[in-house]
Amino acid sequence: MIRPRGLPEAVLAVPAAGIVVATGAISLGHARAEAEQLGPVVGFLAAVLVLAHFCDVEGLFHACGAWMARWSGGRPVRLLTAVFALASVITAVLSLDATVVLLTPVVFATAARSGVRAKPHVYACTHLSNTASLLLPVSNLTNLLAFAASGLSFTRFAALMVLPWLVAIGAEYLVFRRFFARDLSSAAPGSEDPGEPPRLPVFALVTVACTLAGFVLASAGGIDPAWAACAGALVLAGRALLRRRATPVTVVKAAAPAFLAFVLALGIVVRAVVDNGLADALGQVLPGGTGLPTLLGIAVLAAVLANIVNNLPAVLVLLPLAAPTGPGAVLAVLLGVNIGPNLTYAGSLATLLWRRIVHQHDHGVDLGEFTRLGLLAVPAALCGAVVALWGALQVVGT
Amino acid sequence: MRVIVWLVEGTWPACVDAARGYARDASEVVLLHVDEPGVAGLAHGAFAGLLGRAGSEPDPERRLVELGGTSAAELLAAAEARLGRPCTRLERVGRVEREVVAAAGDAGLLVLARDGDRSRLGPHSLGRAARFVVDHAPCPVLLVWSEGAPDLRTMPPPPPHP
Repeated sequence: MIRPRGLPEAVLAVPAAGIVVATGAISLGHARAEAEQLGPVVGFLAAVLVLAHFCDVEGLFHACGAWMARWSGGRPVRLLTAVFALASVITAVLSLDATVVLLTPVVFATAARSGVRAKPHVYACTHLSNTASLLLPVSNLTNLLAFAASGLSFTRFAALMVLPWLVAIGAEYLVFRRFFARDLSSAAPGSEDPGEPPRLPVFALVTVACTLAGFVLASAGGIDPAWAACAGALVLAGRALLRRRATPVTVVKAAAPAFLAFVLALGIVVRAVVDNGLADALGQVLPGGTGLPTLLGIAVLAAVLANIVNNLPAVLVLLPLAAPTGPGAVLAVLLGVNIGPNLTYAGSLATLLWRRIVHQHDHGVDLGEFTRLGLLAVPAALCGAVVALWGALQVVGT
Repeated sequence: MRVIVWLVEGTWPACVDAARGYARDASEVVLLHVDEPGVAGLAHGAFAGLLGRAGSEPDPERRLVELGGTSAAELLAAAEARLGRPCTRLERVGRVEREVVAAAGDAGLLVLARDGDRSRLGPHSLGRAARFVVDHAPCPVLLVWSEGAPDLRTMPPPPPHP
């Protein structure tokens, strides 16, 4: 059976959640507790999606392309450096969805216009959308879930993750420079026109900066930082509505309601699976303690699980098991589930089978090359990040 | 004589210059660019890895395919202007090395540039695609250096006699 292209996964996940509740595979109390825990996460997620969408409407990503083109001047290595810098910041602040959906086409167009081979730069976007999503709770849905479970404040989360984030990106950069040395060695003039000077999307930049400041202030004041994201999203969406660049329908669509429903439903289904024996099975495999070997073991287990079943179910399964050990274990799970997916095309074997990507052959991706790059980049980034996390835990504490 | 000039981002001007210099008597010059669908496929893979987003957010693959078509057309237009004579533009999509060999089926000459690591002279100055094309081309091949040919002094010393 082939899943019709483009059909939301929620169409399957929501009835599945209904079935596990109806058949008693999960008690009504547990289902309600899961939904109550996921509710604020889903709201936070919706706000970040809206924020990124209207940053695009304000021209932020277009301006990114112009900056990259001007700064690199058609030199492939400089362009790669610019892509690494921008993709890392955009993933961290506006989430990995923004990098995959909004930044990748801009990077591809910039490379083509600059007369530079696009492959290393597009690869950089796909890898960094995972690796650079370690920094903030908003960077990745997995982080939002872990953030809710860890009991850490927004700023402490960021303080513990900044070093692993930098180390992982640095490791990726070194691997990329070596792996794509041939593609990065040739440059020819693209169009002579350097393009119009980028118009600075001041409003979007100020709103995003204020939102980030709001995260810190909310966290210090004991308020849920989701409200800061909500405020930022409302400001940008409100401006677009006033300027007639958006309608209420496009604002709701930007929040991706089917995706939000999917997250809630998946949470309930996974909770049912965990309740019915998976917790006992994995609890024996998951190492206890907070030493460096333990953190490494947790991160590797999380990475392996993410490559088998996709990182979203993986983090939902592992969080309840890691949370009692403390924030260190939770963050180690995040390192695994966020960096790990770079090893498998489409992020996991389950996605490959589910979407029948391997059988289609119509995407033309060199899976050997993809996997060779992953086998170099993932262990380097993951091991470096775990050591950095261990160091940060010693210095910053939990 | 039909001359095929295989153009790749980064190295194409040297190929056009070589065609202009060495194939003046060509009856037809064909400027060939092959688009790799794999790059857009990478974006598709990244999107597919984002579980639950199908239908809610646009798959970036389609946008990349559109952009790829535009940039190939621009490259061929720039190459035609540099060539300065009437020519045929040929855009293909697929496995690059196989498309090039297939396009050279009835050619009298194929012009291509080294696509490997040119910082050290040797076998690695040919990348995978150019290596395949050189090995399987059904016609004579004119292989050019994109940055100008190296000096004779760059030749390594002969091996010591046994």
